[in-house]
Amino acid sequence: MSTVTPALLNNTGSLRNYVGPRQILENTLTMAWRGLLKIKRTPEQLIDVTVQPILFTLMFAYIFGGAISGNVQQYLPLMIPGILVQTVITTSMVTGVQLREDMDKGVFDRFKSLPIARIAPLAGALLTDTLRYAIAVTLTFATGWVMGYHPAGGFGAVVLAGLLVIFCAWSVSWIWAFFGVIARSASSVQGMSMIILFPLTFLSNAFVPADSLPSWLRAFANVNPVSHVVTAVRDLANTGQIGMAALWAVVGAVVIVAIFAPLTVRAYMRKA
Amino acid sequence: MVSTSRPTELAIEAHGLVKLFGNNRAVDGVDLAVKTGTVYGVLGPNGAGKTTTISMLATLLRPDAGEAKIFGFDVRTEAQIVRQLIGVTGQYASVDENLSATENLVLFSKLLGLKGSAPKRKAAELLEEFGLTEAAKRPLKNFSGGMRRRLDLAASLIAQPPLIFLDEPTTGLDPRTRGQMWDTIRRLVAGGSTVLLTTQYLDEADQLADRVAVIDKGRVVAEGTSDELKSSVGTAALQLRLVNAADIPAARELIRTTLGVESAVSAEAARLSAPMQHAELVTDLLVALRGDGIAVAEISVQQPTLDEVFLALTGHDTGATTDAPTPELETAR
Repeated sequence: MSTVTPALLNNTGSLRNYVGPRQILENTLTMAWRGLLKIKRTPEQLIDVTVQPILFTLMFAYIFGGAISGNVQQYLPLMIPGILVQTVITTSMVTGVQLREDMDKGVFDRFKSLPIARIAPLAGALLTDTLRYAIAVTLTFATGWVMGYHPAGGFGAVVLAGLLVIFCAWSVSWIWAFFGVIARSASSVQGMSMIILFPLTFLSNAFVPADSLPSWLRAFANVNPVSHVVTAVRDLANTGQIGMAALWAVVGAVVIVAIFAPLTVRAYMRKA
Repeated sequence: MVSTSRPTELAIEAHGLVKLFGNNRAVDGVDLAVKTGTVYGVLGPNGAGKTTTISMLATLLRPDAGEAKIFGFDVRTEAQIVRQLIGVTGQYASVDENLSATENLVLFSKLLGLKGSAPKRKAAELLEEFGLTEAAKRPLKNFSGGMRRRLDLAASLIAQPPLIFLDEPTTGLDPRTRGQMWDTIRRLVAGGSTVLLTTQYLDEADQLADRVAVIDKGRVVAEGTSDELKSSVGTAALQLRLVNAADIPAARELIRTTLGVESAVSAEAARLSAPMQHAELVTDLLVALRGDGIAVAEISVQQPTLDEVFLALTGHDTGATTDAPTPELETAR
């Protein structure tokens, strides 16, 4: 009895009410491609991963180097891994802010009306951001190199350390993505993230040896996951060894993803 | 996997749709039945619940009560299927501002599963069809409102969905662009698509829609063809403008004796309006007016407008600007 002309209706039996893993991957990659196009269009959004790592590395080295390690050269092996982790983890905050801004735009209405994987707009954005982390990692090590930091662990270990930091930043970005989804405005995302990020990155062994801290603070710094990442990067870059810290860093990152990825997706689905 | 082809003559079937925002019943029990292959107009003022209704039908919002089916597929439990059958063009263009027109269409084509060179071909084809080829590479920030709407509509048509939602497709467009949009919508329907459009413009519903639902405060207050709606309000009206306003009482008396009805007066323009049940009696009236030396400046017959329909149905007007008397007529006296 069907008098309907459009082709789709002649064969509704081929329509599926679910999204398979392959489509999830394809949609996510397409969304990541969209992220890359956006970066191409507005390169200024890369400032925090280009100028900032260079600036902060120089500033921290020359300000604290003498006081903490006697001179700048001796401070570098301690400080470069610290500033690296601090910069990259901090930059992961941008994920949440940009996601919120993005979701306020009309284009997300269209994403919601399309037969695509619901998680794709989130996962795609987080995937694109790993490129930002990679840029920050490269520039920090490069700045360190120029200043005279030649990691004893060798090139392979440094690359591994970089990948570890990128993975940890990616996992932390799920927290900000969650804030991004539930928050009302981009600036509130930034506010919330700052409150968590500043204590987390500074109350660690990133810039000073943990034993120089008062005992209560040292206790916190020692369990702070950021400290584990910093220690892991130091072990890798300076000695080429994968220590317990690396294991803890990875475990911590996986736990964060295990908690926040489902939370984020659920909050997003509810809104979607 | 869902059961195979569900033959249905109804593209949209909704019963008792309700959406609450806090204590505000934005949509308060809407029933709709839209036949496949038709244009259905949802007419109402701002805040009547039009966009909320569309959002529920397009799976963007979950209904708080009631049910809706798109070609027989439930918007709640079979949302992913419904999304494969619809195209949505929102009130505000839902395209990516940061990308070019081509990039937008390629992005949506890829998301819809086109592979290889197909997305680029599709984008070029649609840009051509919507007259956007020259602007294809320009950033969207420099697009006019009309171009943005056309791009938005183009994006909704990538998968050639059998049902298209257009939420106020011409709001904010200049008359010429509005006319182009109307032509595009007519073309879609000629191609077999079903269109549900919302509008605040009564003439738009009148022009495009096969059937119209008038919606107010989240409820459907009337439904039918636009002719049915008009005739439910009343007959055509005879409009007279007298040269001399002082003749009004005498003219009203003549209308009462010849047509047998009371007339309404708008004194500032010396205008009289009377329901016209029997057109042939108008001759008698004109003869009588001439016999009494009452000069008539203008005579016309007016069909009830959808504005009047809306007023009659809801007790308040649409809030949209209605046809005001043109300035020349006002000053010509």
